[in-house]
Amino acid sequence: MWDWGAFFHYLHNTYLLTGAGVTLALSLASLAIGLCCGTLAALMRMSRNPLLSKPAAFYIWLMRGTPVLVQLIIIYTGLPQLGIRLNVIESSLIGLGLNEGAYLAEIIRAGILAVPRGQFEAARSVGMTHAMTMRIIVLPQAMRIIIPPLGNTFNSLLKTTSLASVISMEELLRRTEVLIQVQFKVLEIFIVAALYYLVMTTIWGFIQERLEAHFSRSHAAPKDEAGAEAALQPNARIEKVLLSHDAQ
Amino acid sequence: MTRSDAACGTANGSGPWMLEIENIHKRFGPLTVLRGIDMRVAKGEVVVIVGPSGGGKSTFLRTLNHLEKPDEGRVKVDGQLIGCEERNGRLVALPDSRVAVQRRQFGMVFQQFNLFAHMTALENITAAPIKVLKVPREEAVAEARRLLALVGLPDKEKAYPEQLSGGQQQRIAIARALALKPKVMLFDEPTSALDPEMVSDVLKVMLDLSEGGMTMVVVTHEIGFARMAADRAVLIDGGVIVEEGPPDAFFANPQHERTRKFLSKVLDHRAT
Repeated sequence: MWDWGAFFHYLHNTYLLTGAGVTLALSLASLAIGLCCGTLAALMRMSRNPLLSKPAAFYIWLMRGTPVLVQLIIIYTGLPQLGIRLNVIESSLIGLGLNEGAYLAEIIRAGILAVPRGQFEAARSVGMTHAMTMRIIVLPQAMRIIIPPLGNTFNSLLKTTSLASVISMEELLRRTEVLIQVQFKVLEIFIVAALYYLVMTTIWGFIQERLEAHFSRSHAAPKDEAGAEAALQPNARIEKVLLSHDAQ
Repeated sequence: MTRSDAACGTANGSGPWMLEIENIHKRFGPLTVLRGIDMRVAKGEVVVIVGPSGGGKSTFLRTLNHLEKPDEGRVKVDGQLIGCEERNGRLVALPDSRVAVQRRQFGMVFQQFNLFAHMTALENITAAPIKVLKVPREEAVAEARRLLALVGLPDKEKAYPEQLSGGQQQRIAIARALALKPKVMLFDEPTSALDPEMVSDVLKVMLDLSEGGMTMVVVTHEIGFARMAADRAVLIDGGVIVEEGPPDAFFANPQHERTRKFLSKVLDHRAT
């Protein structure tokens, strides 16, 4: 039978809430690592130098071609065989971060490719170096293209972190399972955990909307009507200029 | 010696010229676009370049500030070599970061305006002075406002490019180029993408600039502007200079068959 009392009890259970906090922190940290790896891999992949582009392509191919669960298990339980011992948190961050980076690399690359060629040229024409052009002109514009798919991958990431429970990372799903083994309220506790995930992804949805609005602000504004009016006058003005010029 | 070093040639003393261009060649793969162009432009001189599309005039303009690196030949601005440097008596090609510094001596205006789409008009103008020249923000903003007034758009500083007409965008683009206090302004068909009623606005700003003593190289089809503002007209076709001369003689009485053909086409087009 469904136990409402147990459901409401676990709805504000500190042990589970802490687990949800770990899930959120793990997601954010993985996103940060993913953004660094992803931006670097995207820029390397677009380089004309094969010493840069090939390793980036290999990384993306490898990470996207194998399940993240397998990657986590290899990092946590496989690598010690080679003498590389990483604790649960390190393994989770590396596994999820590298995996996220590979997906973000492709998203970021698509965003950069969508910025018109003329923007690069204009930036160079005002004396910006390649690095400045990327940082000041291209990446901010690419963000408008990048944010929607980036939001989707972060939504996935919030849920993908549950895989880290397999290597005993104490995040939301792991704690849910531990609690169930003690309390046997399977449905109630799992529903609470599901609600926690739902709340996190929903809040992220709102944040994503704000971000999208922020990065499209230069495109959201309505066309200025005054522009058309002003354009009608200049003929008179130039005639005056031309006349005065002829007179000289 | 690498090929790009070879392209630098040998160093010479500088003359009274603002721009000294020697023997520029440019190839794109199998296609040779420029076949040896020489040109000297005095300080304050306005040179208008005309010619059929595909003739190499835009590419020539872009080799001047090394947006396109010439395969051969060299460019000097105010006596300084662009893209190369003399080291121990021989010339070596400079890395991208150094060429970027030299490029600031040119202002460039594009056919498609290419305003930074994510920045307001004011930010477009202040971006390079603040980030590249490290000018204090207040100073850059004050200068940008002065330039906005100069191009007749003092009330548009908060507008994003997408909110502006083509003519307004192009005038902002001119202000952006001027913000770096360039020695030479390059215009690559600045009015070709504009609605006809916007053209005069942009030409007026360009006229003002030329009267103010700016050295300018202008690729355009605006024969009227050329006759009025240019000190010299040049026809580039097939990657070489076919004819050049004072605009009055050049347009009224062209010497070369190719110039006559081209001009008759352009003028016919204008008449219809």
